Amino acid sequence: MKLQKATYFALYAVLELAADPARQLSAVEIAEKYGISAHHLAKVLRVLGRAGVVDSTRGVGGGYRFAGNAKRLTLLDAIRLFEPLGNERSKSGEQPPNNAAGRALKLVLDETDEHAAATFRSITISTMLKIMAQRLASEPTKETRRPRARQDRRGSASRAGGNG
Amino acid sequence: MRQFAACAALEEKTRLKRRAKTLPAAAPEPGPRIRPAAPEDVRSIIALDEDVTGLAKPRYWQDLYERYGSTRREGRFFLVAEGEGRIEGFIIGEVRAWEFGSPPCGWIFAIQVRPKGRLKGTGTRLFEAMCGCFRRAGVEKVRTMLARDNALILSFFRSQGMMAGPFIELEMSLD
Repeated sequence: MKLQKATYFALYAVLELAADPARQLSAVEIAEKYGISAHHLAKVLRVLGRAGVVDSTRGVGGGYRFAGNAKRLTLLDAIRLFEPLGNERSKSGEQPPNNAAGRALKLVLDETDEHAAATFRSITISTMLKIMAQRLASEPTKETRRPRARQDRRGSASRAGGNG
Repeated sequence: MRQFAACAALEEKTRLKRRAKTLPAAAPEPGPRIRPAAPEDVRSIIALDEDVTGLAKPRYWQDLYERYGSTRREGRFFLVAEGEGRIEGFIIGEVRAWEFGSPPCGWIFAIQVRPKGRLKGTGTRLFEAMCGCFRRAGVEKVRTMLARDNALILSFFRSQGMMAGPFIELEMSLD
C-alpha cells in the first residue's frame, strides 16, 4: 500500500529521532540522511511538534528531539496526523456510488483498510526500531558481500590457461 | 514434565547467551518462575481470566488443563509464571501439523498476565519459554491468531518479533 509523501517523511523523522531520544537533529540533517526535501520535512516536523511527538529548539544549534513514548506511540498514531486510515478513509475522499457494485466494492475496500489500520495500530515505534535493528543485522556488509562475477571469470581463465 | 524441563532449559540457555552478548555479567534475574501448570493452578487461572475478561469459565479452563496440562501429551504445553506465591500469568501452545496445508509449527492460542503484574517482562518470559518448547519439539515456526481489535496482545506479539503470516482468516454467518 502507498502512504502520502508527508506521512513517509513523518515516519522517517520519528524513527530517526526515537532511535536516540537524547539527540537533537535539524530538519536539514534528517532530510540529507533520507534524501528528502528539507523544506517539506520542516512542515511535517511542525505538525509532529504540535502533536507532542517531537520537541523543537530554535536558533543556532537548535533542532528536534523525540518527545513521545516509543513504547506507546504506534505507527497509526503518526500516520493519522497526516492522512485518514481505516474507517476514516472511507468517510473522506471519493465515495463509491450507492448501488450494488458501489456497496460491494466498499465492503472489500473497508476490509483492506481495517486490516491496514490494525497492522499499523499494533506496531509501536519501539517495535519498529527493533525491526530496523534486525534488518540491519541480517543485511550483508561490504566484507561479506559475494565478490563480483569478474573475479569468478578470472579464476576460470587461470584454470583454463594453467598457471604452470 | 521431562519434555518441558528439557525445552525450558534449552530456552533459558539460549536467552542467557543472547543477553550475555549485550550485557555485562550480572546476578540472575529476579522475576516469576516459569513451570508446567499443575492441578492446583487451575483455580488461579480461572480467577486471572475472569479478572481480565469479566467472564468466569471454570469448565473451559479445567478442560484445557486436562487436554494440555495434565496429560503431558507430546507437543502440548501449558506453562505458568509463578511469582511471590501466586500465578502471575500463563501460556498455552501446541505443535500442529498439516492444518490448512501448513507443515508442523507451534501455535500459541492463549496467553495472559495479571494486569497489575504487567510491564515486568513476564509475558516475554512466558513467550520465550514456549518458543523453547517448540524448538525442542523440532519446529521452526511459531504462529498465533487473535482479534484484529485486540491491540494490546497484537502489540505484545509484534514486540516479540512476530509479523503477519501467509494465512488469512475468513468467516461467514450461518443464518
